[in-house]
Amino acid sequence: MTTATIDHAAHGSARRAPDDALAADVVRVLSPEGTLLTDDAGLSDDEAVALYRTMVRTRVIDERAVMLQRQGRIGFHIGSLGEEATVIGSVYAMRKQDWMFPCYREFGGALYRGMPLQRYFDNLYGNANDPAKGRQMPDHWTYRAANIGSVSSPIGTQITQAVGFAWAARMRKDPLVAMVYFGEGATSSNEFHNGLNFAGVFKTPNVFVCRNNGWAISVPAERQTASATFAAKGVAYGIPGVRCDGNDLFAVIKTTREAVARAARGEGPTLIEALTYRMSGHSTSDDPTRYRPEEGMSPWEKLDPVLRLRRYLEKQVGWSEGEQAALEEQVASELKKVIEVAEAAPAPALESLFDDVYATLPWHLQEQRAELLAGPRAKGH
Amino acid sequence: MTQMNMVQAINDALRFEMQRDDRIVVLGEDVGKVGGVFRVTAGLYDEFGDDRVIDTPLSEGGIIGAAIGMALYGMKPVPEIQFSDFIFPAYDQIVSELAKFRYRSGGEFPCPMVIRTPVGGGIRGGHYHSQSPEAQFIHVAGLKVVCPATPADAKGLLLSALRDPDPVMFFEPKRIYRAAKGEVPEGDFTVPIGKANVVRQGEQVTLVTWGAMLYEALDAANKAAAEGVSVEVIDLRTLWPLDIETVVASVKKTGRVVVVHEAPKTCGLGGEIVSLINEKAFLHLEAPPKRVCGFDTPFPYTLENEYLPLSHRILPALLETARF
Repeated sequence: MTTATIDHAAHGSARRAPDDALAADVVRVLSPEGTLLTDDAGLSDDEAVALYRTMVRTRVIDERAVMLQRQGRIGFHIGSLGEEATVIGSVYAMRKQDWMFPCYREFGGALYRGMPLQRYFDNLYGNANDPAKGRQMPDHWTYRAANIGSVSSPIGTQITQAVGFAWAARMRKDPLVAMVYFGEGATSSNEFHNGLNFAGVFKTPNVFVCRNNGWAISVPAERQTASATFAAKGVAYGIPGVRCDGNDLFAVIKTTREAVARAARGEGPTLIEALTYRMSGHSTSDDPTRYRPEEGMSPWEKLDPVLRLRRYLEKQVGWSEGEQAALEEQVASELKKVIEVAEAAPAPALESLFDDVYATLPWHLQEQRAELLAGPRAKGH
Repeated sequence: MTQMNMVQAINDALRFEMQRDDRIVVLGEDVGKVGGVFRVTAGLYDEFGDDRVIDTPLSEGGIIGAAIGMALYGMKPVPEIQFSDFIFPAYDQIVSELAKFRYRSGGEFPCPMVIRTPVGGGIRGGHYHSQSPEAQFIHVAGLKVVCPATPADAKGLLLSALRDPDPVMFFEPKRIYRAAKGEVPEGDFTVPIGKANVVRQGEQVTLVTWGAMLYEALDAANKAAAEGVSVEVIDLRTLWPLDIETVVASVKKTGRVVVVHEAPKTCGLGGEIVSLINEKAFLHLEAPPKRVCGFDTPFPYTLENEYLPLSHRILPALLETARF
């Protein structure tokens, strides 16, 4: 996919109108109406249904987390509303041995790879059952068992780490690919440059998934770069850049699968720009009506990745209202259970504040722990 | 035992451990073919190849970010930052990521590595080849900070750091890279992290220092002895977690303390050491603790020897403290 063919004058800089997702260079398999544009979806009907269920589950969990935050039951949530196809499709394209280095909107992908829903909610609640003992904000989880990195807030740092990880694996002749996620805002960060530069020079087995969702909190994509596209940035690093319709599950799978296969063959990294849209605020702390007209959302609602796949499945396998209702009910009852357990769990033990800073507790932390334990208690946990 | 300088001792430790542990990877700017601008990694490229001794692009953030990824995988990376003055592009990766990985993952992702970097003044390096930023890393929970002053300690502490389960900042005082010489044990030899060394016994004043200033401190202590003042000199060796027991025991004996470091005075490690002494030995003090440090200015080029806390500035502080 060469980006040199893009007409800069016609497109302006990395513009974010829905019709940009319809540009000729953008990989697309499923039309917004849910009809196949190619002969092959690239996966079986059963697989498509399973992934649709995963996308719906992700969205229902997302909506519930927002509600819990609004009710004051959890402190924060940052979700993937509108970006489900990008997250789920790319995770699906990974092989079992591959590694996922998340940004902070990929909880759906982590759950799909096997992170227990209870564990995710224990993180949202920051309770004693959270393996990280409530040390991190909601949506900053870790799940090594499914080959997933650890979420942090600084922008772009995971990109270089994914490169080092994949590079180390290659040194050990371990045939894995590391896929790393970030938003288009992160392409302005130091570590995007460092990561892609190192990956290009050392030809590491990486897949870079840029979720171009149009917004970095309040700053629109065109304020991040004067490049015609974000995929075009790969050119300077000697890395192929590909754009795909990030709201088209099949297109995401096709693009990421090819990139994984290419990396696995030892042909080096790929930069993927998935064109999607952040259909909510940046997080529950953000009010998007302050900086973007909500009517600007309506074209994106027509491109909604979940609805698009549903239209396809209705035609393809006769997905019904009844099945939809049953699925949503099933997720709701699953949620009810994990929320009950998470809310019943106590706050992490005071002592746990000092664990894991180092492998063993040095004298100064022993002193500070004793001071905390002997001292008065705070409110609010 | 072999006579070595600091450069040779560090090189010896790296070679020894790389032969022993094939997870160790050295990476950084100019560390490969040329063996580092100070030649600390000389010969390693030829012996271990470019998969384990890697010349990287010129990007400290990239070096540390990639090294973190390698450590997460299970390798034992030893990134070199060519001068600690240039470590700041990597500060985000060190502070936000490296130092917090074990904690934020509930122990699922330990991130052991040794970041080697030359530190301090004395080579006519001006603002950007002379600074001592150790306190800026001590202030970050999750890092260990080491600064050897002798070839034997350089080897022994580096081997300990390479086997430590936590990330270690390994500051190498470049002023004494070749000037400091001494006997170094051959083969496997470790010096524990967290243990200071009482280099000179004394009765009247405790002098706490580390790195290149150890030699200035010893010179001043000898001159103080000629004036009838007995000084005990402690080389901290590990800056964090520091050996508080050794420091406090000495201060309880002498009742007087002078801390000497190259870094700027304000918010330097000296301030923390004095606070700890106040907390743990206040009633033993017979004079106000004193600091002899770099000034709170950028590190100067021409007037470098006025900026550094050299022997001529340490001696009056020792005498004043002894006679308070």
